[in-house]
Amino acid sequence: MNASEIVAMLESRFGTRLLDRQLTAPDPFVVVGATHLVEVMRFLRDEPSLRFELLHDISGVDYLEPDPKKAATAGFTPHLEVVYHLQSFTHRHRFTVKVLLPRWRDDQPGSLPELPSLTGLWGSANWHEREVFDLLGIVFVGHPDLRRILLAEDWVGHPLRKDYEFPLEYHGIRAR
Amino acid sequence: MGWLEDRLEESVLTTTLERAINWARESSLWPMTFGLACCAIEMMATGAPRYDIDRFGAGAFRATPRQADLMIVAGTVNFKMADRVRRLYNQMPDPKFVIAMGACTCGGGPYYKYGYNVVKGVDLVVPVDVYVPGCPPRPEALLEGLLRVQDKVRAMKNLTRGQPLELPVPKRTGQVLLPPELSDADPVKALEKQNAWAAQNKEQAKPTKA
Repeated sequence: MNASEIVAMLESRFGTRLLDRQLTAPDPFVVVGATHLVEVMRFLRDEPSLRFELLHDISGVDYLEPDPKKAATAGFTPHLEVVYHLQSFTHRHRFTVKVLLPRWRDDQPGSLPELPSLTGLWGSANWHEREVFDLLGIVFVGHPDLRRILLAEDWVGHPLRKDYEFPLEYHGIRAR
Repeated sequence: MGWLEDRLEESVLTTTLERAINWARESSLWPMTFGLACCAIEMMATGAPRYDIDRFGAGAFRATPRQADLMIVAGTVNFKMADRVRRLYNQMPDPKFVIAMGACTCGGGPYYKYGYNVVKGVDLVVPVDVYVPGCPPRPEALLEGLLRVQDKVRAMKNLTRGQPLELPVPKRTGQVLLPPELSDADPVKALEKQNAWAAQNKEQAKPTKA
């Protein structure tokens, strides 16, 4: 099944709950809202003609241009994106789902945005979500063990955010 | 050996106790297995038959710091590892030596500017005796570093001078003593203060508009 058929199937099932779709991209994708994410993903996994058994990867992207001069021509408003890459072994097709999030929940700097966890659907989501949480600061609600996975437990901040400030020192070691 | 020379039968060597001990020490520097990243591959190549670090008596890579004399820090040290590096160093028996192998351990290397998680040189964590630059250094370079450590051992004068074994205190400890306006018991608050200070510095360093 090719991407346009998958998108058509999703459209007939979810209608306006699909926020956006892009078929010309190298990896065709749809954009769904955070509230409908689990529903859409469960459909993608369980529908007999789709059968996405494998969640390859969860990646987070921070869309922010820290330089105020370049921000006007950057071509995007500041936001976070979470990208899910799916593959089916039975039908040998791939698909991509994206979720757009605000950089801070309720626009309050310091309060991390939230997204429902997919650990109930794919076991592989566990560590991927921990990594996205660690480096970008997205809280996955319902994750069984949401700890930092790469950085030290007492690390402050989320380094892959574009406005991250490097620490001066860590445990008495000069850091910059 | 001065007047003692030629007074003994052949095949008897005279030397000083110090030189004998140093010779023994430099000829069996046991390194600790401490590969952290890609430099470890070159370190393994150095131990393999082609370069054969065993020629210099340093081929017995120990898996425990308590049996090792030499720590070859081979690879990128990040902050999570830095605590462990220091701890392992403290567990090694004296006299102990450290080789910083590769650009990352010498001074942060390619991660110097944007590596939020990389220690900018392992000499901020433990005292380093010999730096071996390169990315990664070739096995010959590491062997050269080992020979320089041996030079250092050969020059040790712990017996004749009657001095105690010098406690290796790093020249650059890396300990940051921040003034009270930059430090706080709460790490989050301290970070906020430091960031504010860094931002202010950045602001000051900006060139004024003509």
